[in-house]
Amino acid sequence: MKDLPVRVYSPEPAIQHPAVMARDLWNDLKAGRELAWRLFIRDLSVQFRATWLGYVWAFLPALVSSVTFIFLQSQGIVRIEGTGIPYAAFAMMGTLLWQTFVDAISSPLTSVSSARSMLTKINFPREAILVSGLYMVLFNFLVRLLLMVGVMAWWKIIPGPGIAFFPVAVLSLLLCGYAVGLILLPVGSLYGDVARGISIVTQFWMLLTPVVYPARTTGLAGWLATWNPIAPIITTARESLTNQPFSHMPAFWIITVAAFVISLAGLIAFRLVMPRIIERMGS
Amino acid sequence: MPSEPTQPSSSEILVSVSGVSKKFCRSLKKSLWYGLQDMAGEFNPFRKAAADSNGKSPAGTLRPGEFWAVRDVSFELRRGECLGLIGHNGAGKTTLLRMLNGLISPDAGSITMHGRVGALIALGAGFNPLLTGRENVYVNASILGLSARETDERIGEIIEFAGIGEFIDAPVQSYSSGMQVRLGFAVATALQPDVLILDEILAVGDASFRHRCYQRINRIMKNCAVILVSHSMEQIAAVARSVGFMDHGKFTLHDDPLDGILAYNESNASDAPSADGGRVFAVYPPFTDVKVHLPAEPVSYQGPMEVEVEIHSEAPIDHLVFSFSAVNRAEQTVMNWNLRNHEQKVRLPAGHTRFRFRIACLQLHPGDYQWNLWIGPYAAIEPCLYAMRAGQFRVKSRFQPIGDIPYLPVPDSFDLIPIRGDGVVQTPQQTSHQ
Repeated sequence: MKDLPVRVYSPEPAIQHPAVMARDLWNDLKAGRELAWRLFIRDLSVQFRATWLGYVWAFLPALVSSVTFIFLQSQGIVRIEGTGIPYAAFAMMGTLLWQTFVDAISSPLTSVSSARSMLTKINFPREAILVSGLYMVLFNFLVRLLLMVGVMAWWKIIPGPGIAFFPVAVLSLLLCGYAVGLILLPVGSLYGDVARGISIVTQFWMLLTPVVYPARTTGLAGWLATWNPIAPIITTARESLTNQPFSHMPAFWIITVAAFVISLAGLIAFRLVMPRIIERMGS
Repeated sequence: MPSEPTQPSSSEILVSVSGVSKKFCRSLKKSLWYGLQDMAGEFNPFRKAAADSNGKSPAGTLRPGEFWAVRDVSFELRRGECLGLIGHNGAGKTTLLRMLNGLISPDAGSITMHGRVGALIALGAGFNPLLTGRENVYVNASILGLSARETDERIGEIIEFAGIGEFIDAPVQSYSSGMQVRLGFAVATALQPDVLILDEILAVGDASFRHRCYQRINRIMKNCAVILVSHSMEQIAAVARSVGFMDHGKFTLHDDPLDGILAYNESNASDAPSADGGRVFAVYPPFTDVKVHLPAEPVSYQGPMEVEVEIHSEAPIDHLVFSFSAVNRAEQTVMNWNLRNHEQKVRLPAGHTRFRFRIACLQLHPGDYQWNLWIGPYAAIEPCLYAMRAGQFRVKSRFQPIGDIPYLPVPDSFDLIPIRGDGVVQTPQQTSHQ
């Protein structure tokens, strides 16, 4: 008789058996790799087919918000100094990076709610939708990167050896956004308040973060530049592109490790709560 | 494993369900709040799971506004067996299937599934309207757990079975709903599962496709355990080996599918609104009072059904005619019995008289019927009793009809005779060989 895989469904909390849970998580991540890729390709081709502006949407919001600040700066309404590079380039880089962060925050929630009909009807490695969402964020970042290269070429910004660190900084940025997104996921997939809240809070959060202005060292803004968890990441990412010395390295690493741990915990939480979420989603 | 069909007694148990219950909440706000609490509970390793739905632990009790959508379900299913799941809308069938498929977890009890589970709860879920049929097949197949290589091997067969021709390379949004179902079914059954869960999937699709679906299910079924939800008792009677009847979350297992179907039909009848509308019971002179007694118990198919009529009449009637008919729930008259067609002549004296008529061969579909009774003098237009839908009687049957027509042959009314070849017709009494 062949050995058949056995699945047991019972109300016993799975968290009682962490080893079993970790193994299942790993297996499902492996089993879901191909699916994640396929879902990503599907979403990608649909994104392309369904819109008129296509990939322009990947950077349009960032472009618009940076143009706002470029206008304010050019008219002397605000005076932002110490950027080291032309302000327009500085602001654009900042907003493009920031948008990637926001994308990563909303990705888990968007993935789950758009996969609703699948989740309520088919049993599949559900981690795949999270992974495919991550691919999407990464892809959109690459589209923005093209624009960023254009910006750097236009203002003749020559990156130094620090650019080697840029991929690490971007991964950390994604990880931070993802960690926040995963924390919000359980409540957010039940209550619509979270998804609406994200867009408001991130707008405000952007102004508290050195995105369109350089990191300060004094005052409340200086305190925020260190203790606002995303500030060191954004600053470091931009510094690596613009050949400036890294100013927040210790904070960068602490936050990155913390984001990694939180993301992992979030993945486990996702596994635990998904049946509960699906139950409340209806069919 | 040998490919020969295995006997149920010797073959392995693939599905084992014991004491499974699930509670739901009708109010959305409360439901979300409970959901949040349940989620928090998942992180508590010391939370006690309810041993059974009657347990004292929190999971075994209902919070305000909750009800048991599925209550205390237990059954086992082996390879080659098919369990038919029947019940009214909202009885908990789909909830049970979703638990079996691991989409939601039970609040009490446990489910053990062996092997690959193929579920056709939703055909074509995950179809993206903008992608072509072929692209969707790949996406859908990988959702169902097929690798790209396995899908490559089967794509030809899938496309052929779906039978949608050139549409395979058109976006799915240009498909008719029937075409989407075909494609979904074709993909889902390409899985070769150990356990197959089918939820009302054959309600759509045209007759020829349905037929091919039956064939395919039958072929798959030989090598797996099947759980089939259907509202078509024909289908259940044809394929199920046992039947689980669900009624408001309660589950009753019937080893004989026909018993289960009977239980379903009876509960169907009891929900019927009492048909007061259109009820007429009019007595005309010379009659002063008429009472009609029908059996209160369900009458079996073939009868007999006995009806007693008590008449008080002020005057004698020389030649009295009875006409009795039955109307089914679809408002069609399905049976009529009329003394006018017979030689018999009924003479009614003045005063109190009792008649009994007996319908010995009642060939009616199982279910509830309204009866009409007309009594009047021969060749008269005006009746003495005019009763329309004056009451109900119920027919139960172990024979499963096809569609709305009653199952025709009473045991003696047909013969099967071999004309050529060595075919032998055996009845339980006579087992001779030629």
